Amino acid sequence: MPKDSSNPMGNAWLHRYSVLVLVCTFLLVIAGGLVTSNEAALAIPDWPLSYGKLVPPLEGGIRFEFAHRMLAATVALLTLILAFWIQASEQRLWLRRLGWMAVGAVLAQALLGGAAVKFVDPKPLSIAHACLAQICFGVMVAVVVGYALACPPEDQHQHWQAKAYPTVLAATAILLQTALGAAVRHNLTSAIPHIVGAGISTALVMWAGLGILIHHMEDTLLRRYATLLLSLTFVQVFLGVAAYMSRIATADDPQPMPMMIGFTVAHVAAGSLTFGAAVALALIVYRDARPANAVLAHGGMAVA
Amino acid sequence: MKKIWMGIGVVCAVSLVSCGGGGTEAPKADAGGGAAAPAAGGAGAVPDEANGATITGKVMFDGTAPKEKTIDMSAVPACTRAHANAPAKSEEVIVNDNKTVKYAFVWIKSGLPEGTTWKVPSTPVMLDQNGCMYKPHVIGIMAGQNIEVKNSDPTNHNIHPSPTVNQEWNESQPPGSEDKMKTFARQEVMIPVKCNVHNWMRSYIGVVSHPFFAVTGDDGSFTIKGLPPGTYTLEVWHEKYGTQDQTITVGAKESKTQDFTIKG
Repeated sequence: MPKDSSNPMGNAWLHRYSVLVLVCTFLLVIAGGLVTSNEAALAIPDWPLSYGKLVPPLEGGIRFEFAHRMLAATVALLTLILAFWIQASEQRLWLRRLGWMAVGAVLAQALLGGAAVKFVDPKPLSIAHACLAQICFGVMVAVVVGYALACPPEDQHQHWQAKAYPTVLAATAILLQTALGAAVRHNLTSAIPHIVGAGISTALVMWAGLGILIHHMEDTLLRRYATLLLSLTFVQVFLGVAAYMSRIATADDPQPMPMMIGFTVAHVAAGSLTFGAAVALALIVYRDARPANAVLAHGGMAVA
Repeated sequence: MKKIWMGIGVVCAVSLVSCGGGGTEAPKADAGGGAAAPAAGGAGAVPDEANGATITGKVMFDGTAPKEKTIDMSAVPACTRAHANAPAKSEEVIVNDNKTVKYAFVWIKSGLPEGTTWKVPSTPVMLDQNGCMYKPHVIGIMAGQNIEVKNSDPTNHNIHPSPTVNQEWNESQPPGSEDKMKTFARQEVMIPVKCNVHNWMRSYIGVVSHPFFAVTGDDGSFTIKGLPPGTYTLEVWHEKYGTQDQTITVGAKESKTQDFTIKG
């Protein structure tokens, strides 16, 4: 039976465990970036086995792809345990649902990865794989932040639409940016749509982040997350420029060069962190904007 | 509703586990656009070398030859050992001593009589993985002709051609394993081939529906023999410098020279 969790963070170990799963999911995103940047995505042509074995010969690109697969299996297992744990110990229905949503996203991601191998890297599948990775990370962020959130006092009720829409839009724009970035990496489009998207999503992030800083400077939590989102976005823009320039600078080299790999993987990782920060901020804003009674009465809270 | 989703999930999982990698074992034809080629060794016209025209030429390089880039194989000791005496160099641009270009693919792009089916050679063309490099770097085959993919290295490779017209496939080839016989059913110039285990390994295959093509070698020259009289578009393709077309008219038994110049 789920316990009463009117005191969020009531189970500190569950919170710590969810953070662990989030960190592993982030490492998985980095591992995926390393696979693509090293052009090793199809170094293992079979799935779910690897060269017909559980452990393939670990050489060249096989190491990146196999490490990615092993990390993915670990994250899937950790996420499943997390969902069961939340189910058993949490009263908040939306959080229990979020736990199972994370399981579904991770399993769908594994199937997409397998399909990309089986069908020899069709571009739409590879792009969907990159986007779902971002969604998996976003859902895990929502689990961690949502678990830690306290229900707001009654007097904090405001019109949530007015406050939450900019952050939701910013998070959505960052997710779309992931799709465009993946399309560039898989040579489906030129870099121009991604560059235009960077301008739009940066503007939306500034609208959301600066709006919060201007109107809610006194709220420590909001201020911290808004500052984090803005900082990560600017870092991400810098990394995007660096990744693009390094790609041009090493275009004539016979193989992916460490500088290009480093900037590109950092860009992918910072993209996930930016999206995660936007999801977290949207969740906090939404929480703050809803009456506590509504949260408890409906037993659910939407996630950006 | 839940059962429907569970059913979809199970079907997806089963189809993923059971479906093949898309490899095309010779002589099975690949899927793709256009008409599939006849099987190797089947009936068809052959170039008339006695009465047909001959086009010869060179692919010249104009400019300063780019420095050949060194490949870093240090991540794979088996590959490094194969180049213990001298580090491996990229074969993207090789300018010969006589200022000609190696690994340019020259072919008759258009002008051949419509409706002629050309005989596909029964001899396969070898593509060897040797010293963690593809040997040769560029090959030409007829659609339907076999490619014999060999692994001479003491390391694992995967062979991953990325065609746009033919079917893409990706297969592993462990050391000491049997050669693979592969074919492409449809004309496609050029198909990039990669090894994702060793990300510097790159090769190109020109697949043509007729036998009038050549790849330049150490002297940068090419010869196309047995052409029927006519006016043709002759194209040269290079990995870095793209394509160039020239129109040429030849009569029976006539020999003509047609050079190309690639600007560096």
